[in-house]
Amino acid sequence: MKQYMLSVHHTEGDAEPTEEAMQAAFRDVDAFNERLQSAGSWVFACGLEGPSTSTVVDGTGNEIVTTDGPFAEAKEHLGGFWVVKAADLDSALALAAAGSKACQAPVEVRPLQGEEG
Amino acid sequence: MPGACRGPPAAGRRRLTPAAGAVDGDAIAQIFREESGRAIASLVRFLGDIDLAEEAVQEAFVEAVRRWPDRGLPPSPAGWIITTAKHRAIDRIRRESSRERRHHAAAMMHDDPTAPPDTGTVADDQLRLIFTCCHPALAPEVRMALTLRLIAGLQTTEVARAFLVSESTMAQRLVRAKHKIRVAKIPYRVPDRDALPARLASVLTVVYLIFNEGHVATTGDELVRAELCAEAIRLARLLDELMPDEPEVMGLLALLLLTDSRRAARTSADGSLVRLADQDRRRWDRWLIDEGQALVRRCLARDEPGPFQIQAAIAAVHSDAPSAEDTDWRQIVLLYDQLLARAPTPVVRLNRAIALAEVDGPDVALAEIERLGEHGQLARYHLFHTARGDMLERVGRRADAVTCYDLALSLVDNDSERRVIEARRTAAADSV
Repeated sequence: MKQYMLSVHHTEGDAEPTEEAMQAAFRDVDAFNERLQSAGSWVFACGLEGPSTSTVVDGTGNEIVTTDGPFAEAKEHLGGFWVVKAADLDSALALAAAGSKACQAPVEVRPLQGEEG
Repeated sequence: MPGACRGPPAAGRRRLTPAAGAVDGDAIAQIFREESGRAIASLVRFLGDIDLAEEAVQEAFVEAVRRWPDRGLPPSPAGWIITTAKHRAIDRIRRESSRERRHHAAAMMHDDPTAPPDTGTVADDQLRLIFTCCHPALAPEVRMALTLRLIAGLQTTEVARAFLVSESTMAQRLVRAKHKIRVAKIPYRVPDRDALPARLASVLTVVYLIFNEGHVATTGDELVRAELCAEAIRLARLLDELMPDEPEVMGLLALLLLTDSRRAARTSADGSLVRLADQDRRRWDRWLIDEGQALVRRCLARDEPGPFQIQAAIAAVHSDAPSAEDTDWRQIVLLYDQLLARAPTPVVRLNRAIALAEVDGPDVALAEIERLGEHGQLARYHLFHTARGDMLERVGRRADAVTCYDLALSLVDNDSERRVIEARRTAAADSV
């Protein structure tokens, strides 16, 4: 089985969903997560706090530089992600389609590096 | 080779006829063209890796060039290529030190490389690889390039020439695509029943776009473009062989044959485009028309219409008519109605309106076209403005027609289409 990251991106300026829509999405995501677990596809998943809570640390130079906020240039930010096991890309895409429906946002599918296991 | 577009032998159908006696470089190149697609597909299944498969097949052909001129053709050149490629691949993997590859080689030993390739299996291998090459996770232009390289068996330099890019650009594009197939694990598999209709539509669209690249583009070498049309027809034939129960495959093949039948009449001596209405229909290729029409009749008998079959039926109605005036336009409008029910796009609506002019007159068509214009989706489409100009001319509003042709000229990027519109603009302006 290959592992894939299914990531949910939000774009700056996206309309805020209504409370009702948010609750429905939470319920659907919970149901999707349970489905992943019972099918043995689950590896890990989480949602992230908003980009305003983020801190960037740059240790590439002599001095460690710590800055507030997400990468300055990014118009998009990661809202959350799943890591799933799937036989191939087709299976991963099918999971992503269900995940996207549940969380009501497009999902990017990317293979994880490393040996299959 | 433009000759391949005329029948007989029918377009895109190339037969390997192993001639006893002289085996020169040309004969081997011909076999390469015929067989490398099948050999690559077979080796991809055997090795599970496209790059290794391509290398192995290439090495087998190098071996063929060395041996065949002296020893003559083996009884089954295709089988010989596949078997030799398998041996080369196994040798190569044995030499490699990586544990993963050795493990791979050991796993392959279960598959007897000396057994003659079973034609049924090779066909399945090819079908699987076609679905990989046309996978929706790959960009449309990448799907076309991969299909031409791996299924049609074109060399990278030929694919590059077809798309008017440098060989290194195309090579890079192919490397990136194969990397994605390997790393993201795009499967070699014919999709299951549920997914098949959508995935097959993607495959057919790739073949259709390859044909269009040769049919519509006017930049680049005439020969290369005719060759692309021939390759698309060859691919459609291959699909029809591999999936004989899919009426849409038959519809695509019929559409390509019927469209290609007009090739000789489509351009005038100075290379500019001739509109369907103005074409010398005696120059249409009867062989291709007969074959295309027979396929359309088979589709009709199946009665499972789809977009490609309906477009083929429209082309078949045109191919039946001795002149534009004698065309069964009523039938064509009905067919566009069917097509609209399945593919309600602005371009289909526009084409329906153009046909409607011949049934209900240019006033009705003009009203329809102007309604379409309100949606704005066709505002950047030069053919929308030419069609509107044409209708305006026909209802006597020549000054307005000139404005439309000017708009069309500002949008068209194809030189021979530009010449046609310019001529129409001049004619309309002169009679204002």
